[in-house]
Amino acid sequence: MTEEIIIAGFGGQGVLSMGKILAYSGVMQDKEVSWMPSYGPEMRGGTANVSVIISDERISSPIINQFDTAIILNQQSLDKFEHSVKPGGLLIYDPNGITHEPTRKDINIYKIAATAKAQELGISKVFNMVVLGGFLKLKPIVDKQYIHEGLEHSLPQRHWNLIPQNEEAIEIGKSIIEPVQVL
Amino acid sequence: MANTDIEARKQELLNEGYEQVYTKTKVLTDTVMHYCPGCGHGTTHRLVAEVIDEMGIQDKTVGVSPVGCSVMAYNYFDVDFQEAAHGRAPALATAIKRLNPDTFVFTYQGDGDLAAIGTAETIHACNRGENITMIFVNNGIYGMTGGQMAPTTLVGMKSATTPYGRRVDLNGYPLRITELISTLPGTYYVTRQSVQTPAAVRKAKAAIRQAFENQKLKKGLSFVEILSNCNSGWKMTPVAANKWMEDNMMPNYPVGDIKVDGKLVDNVDVSRLALDHPLTVMQ
Amino acid sequence: MARELKLMKGNEAIARAMIASGADGYFGYPITPQSEVMETLMAEKPWETTGMVVLQAESEMASINMVYGGAATGKKVATSSSSPGISLMQEGLTYLAGAEIPCLVVNVMRGGPGLGTIQPSQSDYFQSVKGGGHGDYQLYTLAPASVQEMYDFVFDAWDIAFKYRNPVLILSDGAIGQCMEKLYTRDNVARWTEEERRANAPWATWGKPATRPHNIITSLELDSARQEVFNLKLQKKYAEMKEKEVRYEMLNCEDADYIIVAYGSSSRIAMKAMQMAREKGIKVGLFRLITLFPFPSKQLAEVAKRVKGILCVEMSAGQMIEDVKLATECGVKTEHFGRFGGIIPTPGEVLEALENKIIK
Repeated sequence: MTEEIIIAGFGGQGVLSMGKILAYSGVMQDKEVSWMPSYGPEMRGGTANVSVIISDERISSPIINQFDTAIILNQQSLDKFEHSVKPGGLLIYDPNGITHEPTRKDINIYKIAATAKAQELGISKVFNMVVLGGFLKLKPIVDKQYIHEGLEHSLPQRHWNLIPQNEEAIEIGKSIIEPVQVL
Repeated sequence: MANTDIEARKQELLNEGYEQVYTKTKVLTDTVMHYCPGCGHGTTHRLVAEVIDEMGIQDKTVGVSPVGCSVMAYNYFDVDFQEAAHGRAPALATAIKRLNPDTFVFTYQGDGDLAAIGTAETIHACNRGENITMIFVNNGIYGMTGGQMAPTTLVGMKSATTPYGRRVDLNGYPLRITELISTLPGTYYVTRQSVQTPAAVRKAKAAIRQAFENQKLKKGLSFVEILSNCNSGWKMTPVAANKWMEDNMMPNYPVGDIKVDGKLVDNVDVSRLALDHPLTVMQ
Repeated sequence: MARELKLMKGNEAIARAMIASGADGYFGYPITPQSEVMETLMAEKPWETTGMVVLQAESEMASINMVYGGAATGKKVATSSSSPGISLMQEGLTYLAGAEIPCLVVNVMRGGPGLGTIQPSQSDYFQSVKGGGHGDYQLYTLAPASVQEMYDFVFDAWDIAFKYRNPVLILSDGAIGQCMEKLYTRDNVARWTEEERRANAPWATWGKPATRPHNIITSLELDSARQEVFNLKLQKKYAEMKEKEVRYEMLNCEDADYIIVAYGSSSRIAMKAMQMAREKGIKVGLFRLITLFPFPSKQLAEVAKRVKGILCVEMSAGQMIEDVKLATECGVKTEHFGRFGGIIPTPGEVLEALENKIIK
């Protein structure tokens, strides 16, 4: 198994930390992982993306331009990465702020209204975990128990009290993701 | 003369009834110095070495030499020594001291090294309050490379690169780095001394001693400027050069303590140059 | 810290390895994309645990000269920077090499020339192995290709540095520096005791005891005849490194018709390209350089005899290829492929270059 993922959105949406939690969960499950961010002056409000690879084998390049899954959280990222999904691959997007829907016909497309749901529930801080939950519903590449360990390793100890909230958010994500186009 | 010859000659003289009145400190090696006769470096070396000897810290001292006339100071001091790239001595000294807090660390630098190419290293080592001793020999010229303008060259003063005299509109003002660093909170002791008379030598030695004692007490950075002539670069006899230094350097670089025990000395004006003071003619 | 499984960035791995390998000091100046090295050290506060000194200097010139001062007292001292900062350090590096001071310098490369870009690049190859500063000198240069190697090579660096009294350069780039991967940490190595320091660095300046002459650290020698003798000694040392300390990795080179030569992050991309080629039935191998100086010339020449072509992949306009051609004496078709200015080539592009420039 090798899963090559791009997560892209605005800085401040928790793109990098979502990738890190996923990657750390992979480490805990004894997978090979890599986490490669776009880095630079993009802080809050700019664009941010991270490629995460989780594999059973030694990872060759952490730098890739074709993805099994693209998790897209804003319009710029959709414009940029829709065409980077491998044919037959998966695109997940949050419809919040999306004005041009994806047009590819050769990939599976799901949407997850995580922004809206998180606002509704007052859990905007763990918005990114709602998104992660949606992804894990479709591709359960790491087990629940390792997600817990991944959270423990990714969050500073003073925030461990927030782990249950993060895990709940993941479950919410699993329940609200919906298909747009399934091959 | 080889050391054995020196020893033999000494015995001869003693046998002839001469009395020994002076012994070179053991912290200086027997290597013959390359400094020009009459230059202040030789005296300043001796003072630093005597202080190290008298404090009994020869086995704990690491010196750092600059690029400039004193580049080979490591051959003259019988202590462990590092030779730095041009201007970087305070950076070396910072690390030597921080990694070896029980050692006594001093830099020995000239005006070009300390106040031109190494200005950043000087100011930041001073501002961090590194617990080291900086010895700064100011002769207003680049001696080693043949007498070019230094940051401390006086307005009107001739050098190889200011053959008609330093001009403010062309070259800017002389830099009084010693006054400048005295305003930094990291400096504990800042003084300017000279070595052209026995009385001046005695005061300079006391200042150097104070600087090393401060280091022993972990007080922060001590900075001793020594005004020196550069008789070769100034193209004068040593005697005339010392006179010229007194007449021209000293009004711009007044001798005395500038900061003691972390406090600026009263009535010291750290900002004003004696620009209205006419220079006497350099031959 | 004992052996533990972690996920961390290459830059963080460098910092943690410094602490774990018993480094005595680190002096640095912030520059993207390696600032996490000093940030990690400052957050870890090793001065409270191992006693390691960490200081943010006023410039890269000050940093490298602090390395000079500290390392010349026989201690394990390091700095890190990225390309423009490493350019500023070239003066210090030639002095360090000339005074034979063991130390560690890490370059997390970004695109140039000038201020360039903050994105990954490999255009400092010439600067690293052809003498970025003046004079005939070499830095022992290690090119890590993973976060694990970023960590491990710090440990290796001290061994080489003190064995040969020579500066060691870890030449990485923004991709490895910023990438997070799995990492097994090692047991902490204690910092040297005073006795160990004196035994391992008897040449160093820590205060002259009555029992030995004063030690002098300098690169100055006004007598040309003696300077030549010294240079011959340096050359002998470099020759010994070439003989004994060459490192490289070969993947699928046994049956390969073509090989890709690459180092660092390019070698990872090349590995993927190699896999893609093999899936298409093209027998491609990867010759990965681990030491850039000493260059594995003999070993590469051996492999080159058996293949029909070599593709050099480097994020530059083509620097490493010169050493590849020298090693193989241009005995086989050799071409360069690279992107630069901060652009990372894709595995697909590498495969395409292989097919178009070498196979066709």
